[in-house]
Amino acid sequence: MKNNFPILRVVTKLVIPYIILLAFYVQFHGDYGPGGGFQAGVILAAAYILYGLVFGLQAAQRVARPNILEILMATGVLIYGGTGIATLLAGGNFLQYSVLDHQVGGGMLPSGEHLGMFLIELGVGATVAAVMISIFFSFAGRERSE
Amino acid sequence: MQLSEQYIVIPLLSLLACTAITVARMRDLWAAVMMTGIFSFLGAGWMLVLDAPDVAFTEAAVGAGISTVLMLGTLALTSRTAKPTQRFPWAALAVVLVTGFALIYGTFDLPEYGDPNAPIHQYPKPGYVALEIAKGDHNKSSPTANSPTRAKEAQHEEAQHEEAQHEEAQHEEADHGHHEPTPNVVTVVLASYRGFDTLGETTVIFTAGIAVLILLRGPRRENSRP
Repeated sequence: MKNNFPILRVVTKLVIPYIILLAFYVQFHGDYGPGGGFQAGVILAAAYILYGLVFGLQAAQRVARPNILEILMATGVLIYGGTGIATLLAGGNFLQYSVLDHQVGGGMLPSGEHLGMFLIELGVGATVAAVMISIFFSFAGRERSE
Repeated sequence: MQLSEQYIVIPLLSLLACTAITVARMRDLWAAVMMTGIFSFLGAGWMLVLDAPDVAFTEAAVGAGISTVLMLGTLALTSRTAKPTQRFPWAALAVVLVTGFALIYGTFDLPEYGDPNAPIHQYPKPGYVALEIAKGDHNKSSPTANSPTRAKEAQHEEAQHEEAQHEEAQHEEADHGHHEPTPNVVTVVLASYRGFDTLGETTVIFTAGIAVLILLRGPRRENSRP
């Protein structure tokens, strides 16, 4: 698909920034509007998958390196579990976010329950996005067995 | 359900049924994959009518988007048309019919749509939901706080819970101390009330990703290189 479909390529390039922006909106606005980490991760993955479909697998793998994706996959779960450990260290139960209350930033930064949700949604988003892109790469990278 | 909503829901559900039958009758797999994408998209639209934008989001992104792409990727590796079957698959039809009737029979036990006494509105503790709605109210002045659907849902919930639960909500807020408002009840339930479940789900996704990587990526490099 190297030099074909100029309209498809131009439109894709035009649309991808907005898809990524929507993903981040859904991620960080999930506590207010519909959405959250899972949806954001899938939307972000969709942007990369669209890029891979139009510009080829090699180009997409240059943007989202498979080895980085593998790290990101595990990091997401680690952020989630780490939030739980952090609440344990702060003297609460596992994932009891209210102990994360702080006064830094004068109310601008998320605190307590909100901070906990923000962190775990971030973890979910990272894992989901990385897993979805990786699965697409492994499907698309497979050649006909004959 | 309001009458006006039925004008949307009935065509949507009939289209869902039509799509399902078309997929079942199709031999061209490429078109069948596209039809399953349409099926997911219609499902997402229906969930939006049911005031479940979070589920609709997921269905549209995963069902209509990613799984369609993955199915197309699979088709690229296999054949584009299904093998024609010689005999009519009576056994399969029987299984489908029995399962379908069992499911329909199961729906008789479900509460009416929008019934305030349904278990779904009783657990988690009504006070918990009312608390989150009350917190959402503090936030309504901010321009980004509520999407129209969310606001509608919030009002709907509010009408059900406010009188009965307001005191309890205030009480609980005093118990928990001050925290930042998070008006999306779904996010609150998933992230806080069912935080352990969501941790488990994330781990499942992680495990699934690892499994796919191990299964699909391993032998490719050695075999396909000339």
